[in-house]
Amino acid sequence: MNGIEVANWQPQYLRHPPSKEGNTLGTDYLLQIKNVSKEYSGNRVLKNVNINIKAGEIHGLVGENGAGKSTLMNILFGMEVIHSTGGFEGDIIIDGNVANPKTPKESMELGIGMVHQEFMLIPGFSIAENIKLNREITKDNLFSRILGPKMKTLNFKKMGEDSRQALDKLGMSIDEWLPVAGLPIGYMQFVEIAREIDKENLKILVFDEPTAVLAEAEADKFLKVVRKLADLGIAILFISHRLDEIIEITDNITVLRDGEVVSSLITKDADVHKIAELMVGRKIENTNTAKDMKQEDEEKDYILELKNLYVDMPGEMVKGLNLKVRRGEILGIGGLGGQGKIGVANGIMGLYPTRGEILRDGTPLPLNQPKKVLDSGVAFVTEDRRGVGLLLDDSIEHNIAISALQIKEKFIKNIASFKIMNNKEVKEHALNMIKELDIRCTGPKQLTRRLSGGNQQKVCIARALTLDPDIILVSEPTRGIDVGAKKIVLDLLVKLNRELGMTVIITSSELAELRSVSDRIAIIFEGKLEGVLSPNDSDVNYGLMMAGEYVKEEVS
Amino acid sequence: MDNHLQIEEIKVKKQTNVERIMGFIVPIVFIVLCAVGYYLSELPFIFVLNEVIIRLGRNSFLVISLIIPVIAGMGLNFGIVLGAMAGQMALIFITNYSLEGAGGLLIAILVSTPVAIVFGYLVGRVLNKAKGKEMITSMILGFFSNGLYQLIFLLFAGTIIPFKKEGLLLSTGMGLRNSVDLAGVRYAMDDIIKIRPYPGLTVPVFTLVVIVLLCLTLTFFLKTKLGQEMRTVGQNMHIAQVAGINVDRTRIIAIIISTVLAAWGQIIFLQNIGTLNTYGSHEQVGLFAVASLLIGGASVTKATYRQALMGTFMFHMLFIISPMAGQNLMNDSQIGEFFRVFVAYGVIGLALLLHAWQRRGKK
Amino acid sequence: MEGLKNFVDKVGYPRLIIGAFLFILCVMAAVLAIPVPGLIGDILTRVGMNGILVLALVPAIQAGVGLNFALPIGIVCGLIGALVSIEFKLGGFTGFFTALVVAIPIAAIVGYFYGQMLNRIKGQEMTVGTYVGFSVVSGMCIFWLLAPFRSPELIWAVGGSGLRVTISLESTIDKVLNGFLSFNVAGVQIPTGLLAFFALCCIAVWVFGKTKSGAIMNAAGANEKFATATGINVNQQRILGIVLSTVLAAIGIIVYSQSFGFLQLYNAPLMAAFPAVAAILIGGASIKKVAISHVIIGTFLFQALLVVSLPVINILADGSMSEVIRAIVQNGIILYALTRETGGDLA
Repeated sequence: MNGIEVANWQPQYLRHPPSKEGNTLGTDYLLQIKNVSKEYSGNRVLKNVNINIKAGEIHGLVGENGAGKSTLMNILFGMEVIHSTGGFEGDIIIDGNVANPKTPKESMELGIGMVHQEFMLIPGFSIAENIKLNREITKDNLFSRILGPKMKTLNFKKMGEDSRQALDKLGMSIDEWLPVAGLPIGYMQFVEIAREIDKENLKILVFDEPTAVLAEAEADKFLKVVRKLADLGIAILFISHRLDEIIEITDNITVLRDGEVVSSLITKDADVHKIAELMVGRKIENTNTAKDMKQEDEEKDYILELKNLYVDMPGEMVKGLNLKVRRGEILGIGGLGGQGKIGVANGIMGLYPTRGEILRDGTPLPLNQPKKVLDSGVAFVTEDRRGVGLLLDDSIEHNIAISALQIKEKFIKNIASFKIMNNKEVKEHALNMIKELDIRCTGPKQLTRRLSGGNQQKVCIARALTLDPDIILVSEPTRGIDVGAKKIVLDLLVKLNRELGMTVIITSSELAELRSVSDRIAIIFEGKLEGVLSPNDSDVNYGLMMAGEYVKEEVS
Repeated sequence: MDNHLQIEEIKVKKQTNVERIMGFIVPIVFIVLCAVGYYLSELPFIFVLNEVIIRLGRNSFLVISLIIPVIAGMGLNFGIVLGAMAGQMALIFITNYSLEGAGGLLIAILVSTPVAIVFGYLVGRVLNKAKGKEMITSMILGFFSNGLYQLIFLLFAGTIIPFKKEGLLLSTGMGLRNSVDLAGVRYAMDDIIKIRPYPGLTVPVFTLVVIVLLCLTLTFFLKTKLGQEMRTVGQNMHIAQVAGINVDRTRIIAIIISTVLAAWGQIIFLQNIGTLNTYGSHEQVGLFAVASLLIGGASVTKATYRQALMGTFMFHMLFIISPMAGQNLMNDSQIGEFFRVFVAYGVIGLALLLHAWQRRGKK
Repeated sequence: MEGLKNFVDKVGYPRLIIGAFLFILCVMAAVLAIPVPGLIGDILTRVGMNGILVLALVPAIQAGVGLNFALPIGIVCGLIGALVSIEFKLGGFTGFFTALVVAIPIAAIVGYFYGQMLNRIKGQEMTVGTYVGFSVVSGMCIFWLLAPFRSPELIWAVGGSGLRVTISLESTIDKVLNGFLSFNVAGVQIPTGLLAFFALCCIAVWVFGKTKSGAIMNAAGANEKFATATGINVNQQRILGIVLSTVLAAIGIIVYSQSFGFLQLYNAPLMAAFPAVAAILIGGASIKKVAISHVIIGTFLFQALLVVSLPVINILADGSMSEVIRAIVQNGIILYALTRETGGDLA
């Protein structure tokens, strides 16, 4: 609703001609994000965000996952997800005019371009065709005069020339008629950029984690090109988790946390430390300070050791992780999204192709064989509750029993040498679990699809517990569940640890949550262990570790 | 621009393995089959050549009508059966009004076009609801509409739809006869220009010219804005959407074009045959056209008019020679007939299998 | 209104529409004074004879392979079994069970390889399956022509080589099940043996679903990722589903043939999967979810529709219309299932 009101408001608002030399109202900003707020069904994800960017400026945007960066970008691009959920408050001002794009097309016409994290390239097409995708240059012919513009012939010569020009601007001498399939990944990114700068009216270019896919040498070249684009007078919004890169290339930096701008600073006044601290902040005051980091001890009794672990999980690759888990502890695994923390538990379970070595009580555990891992007394509560964690169209009791049925042959009675499922036992066990974990449902026969997120999570945990594990891996246990359920789930995990002596490994994006329950917290960066911290270590250390700057500092 | 990137050796994988297999091995296998079959059949060369040319003129148009949906990423459009129905309806229409000759044929083409557009639109709508399962859906859609077609011509013809021409209806006055004699338009198109360069050899030049024109138009079309959009949609629907192309609309247009071409193709086919089997002529259209295209080396995602023509040539060559080859080899002509039906189904099954296999490999 | 919508959602459009259609036909039949006992007897016979072929789809859906359009593969195996039993001049129950004993292992082996193949093309099972089924049937045509059977019952007496197109079972297994303990109630002939055998098969499939193997196969079919994370070998479970489906199809065609009285070779099995698929969809199954009740309800509704429509339409219109209506209903239902967003949740 708000979006529409704001849009109708536009004509009365400052309708100055585009300011050339920044003379209007004293703003020489090309892009202003003014008091932008957004909520999704009552949940405020952006609060009064203000960002100003001048032409030729490179502006860094940093923040943890869930800080609101992607929502902000969606607003900037007029994505449907924003407008189908009630629009946003505040204004996007371009050249002093309220723009507030409502569709991606509008935003494109306003001169906003984006280099996507996932390339929007068609492999079977040539570079030139990709650069000109749906913006092809055409010429008239007999049929187009009769049947309309769709019948116009493509002017391949002109398309090639334009592409050549765009590629030259980036300093790429590659043949524009080569197919994109088979190009090295760095080149693909340049083709994406070439497409954006080929748009004549391009004023603002957004890079979303552009260097994540690049090798180091490629990244260096890439940053030089970005600088060059800025020199052409394009305003650049640069989103990255690599803080050193941000410091190196940007002019100004905005730090987002929990949907708010916590700081806007000039890059030369900033350093990696400061940004790291700002990024993490402290969200919950009552972290359990009672716990002290136990000293590293070589003689320790390790229940699980990961040696040089590689997990090929798309988007969450683990690349050579070494980690030891002590018997009876709660180990937290943290890190930013995409750095590989989620891959660890999935790799241990063998759900994605894994290399390296996993020692269980000192003996190697077979890789890529979920059954063997489950047999050895490791249980897993997945981060993808609805996709992997549940049989949504099956009853609660079945969901709880099925793993134990498969792995432990529980709940079975033999009738004439047929292994028949013992429905009575299954039901009794489910009722027990429902009582113990306080699963709110109409009964053990209810389909899990109909349960709330928190109760679904409890069903997942109940299933894991039915396996009687001595190690339980829990990924993102509180994602998408309400506050009350969050507490119950976390308390339950602590209780399992304390009362049953279960070793608990929690992977979570919520640092505060990890710090409130864990004995130790391992931070994963770029698929490797960056370091292990105690729950009450300083915010700076957490920030540095999550940004991958901790080890570098130690070395220097 | 000081820091020019060094061009490294970029090895371009032009074609994936499966396309290579379909593109080369399949046609080669069939060339060998045709050669061996021709040798075994002991049929005179001129006879075989004449038959193949006739069938090429008769069937190519239908096979080419399959190409555009392939390019738009919708796979093999078994729904051309609906186009064929539109063509047949038009032929029944002109027969009823006793319109004859080339003029009658032209009217049939004009009548069939709007009908085919409507059919194509409906098929497109349905297929947009079944993305990723277009082929089986279009096939079932063919069966389904065949039922409706029969309902119309068995029950409504003569009762709701008036027919004036004698002998078109069954003796009960309800329902169309099983076969409609198309004597009025027989060879109406082939005969416009027809040459006999050699005794026993007849070449329907005009029909072949029309087919060549269609190929040229197709080539031209793929270089237009709309053609490029279809290629984009065919390669990746998501990227096309992000780039601002109306994916659903583009797919519907692709199917409409295919359906209209199929309607015309069926008219060309039937003017050559000379009789319309009211309830059967269209049934196998999809099967044979698809098999022809695939034999030419096309795959579910890639097809050209060259493959269509070559495939039609070989498939029909096999049709002509296999009964005799079977007779001479195994003393049984039936075996050759079964063999060619097996070839039709088998080659489609194989193409789908390879395609699905490749798709899975990519993930 | 709300109540009505709930009712419709629960029963599902296919069942509702077909049910209503059937009801209208029945009323018309009553008005036209068509003898009811004959119709009921026919319906019972046809339910029993087609039921197992419909049931054959169940394990495949449960294992997550979707609608097994490659049913003809199993059917062909069943035909081989029946041919072997006739070749050895076995009649009655001996012949019937010999056919089963021969057919089942062949079907299991063929199903195993077919399952292997399907595991490499996940997501495209239905399209590929349809054409693999067609290919097998058309390939088998050549086999029937060359197969080394000698019994005069099987091969052409004069002229033509190879097996006959239709083989009469009169002297062998014709109506062995139908006639077993058959009795007559109020003019309705009850094919006791046939129905009992169908019920037996249904119970077997149902019980299998309650065993450990069945529960695990169901889990693998319901959510592949879930199953993997639970240590289930999903590919193995899918093969199991296909093997069971193929074996049931083989049994199904033997039961069908003994009731029909003829063995149909060559192109006869080509389209056999479609009526079965339509029946199970009418019964309320979806591409992902199925129950035995869907089989029974669906087969009953579909077959009853065919049986009742035949005489009614014969009187009102042309006889061949019944076949047309079958085509429309059958393919319309399949089309409906294919174009549904989820392909599931048909209640």
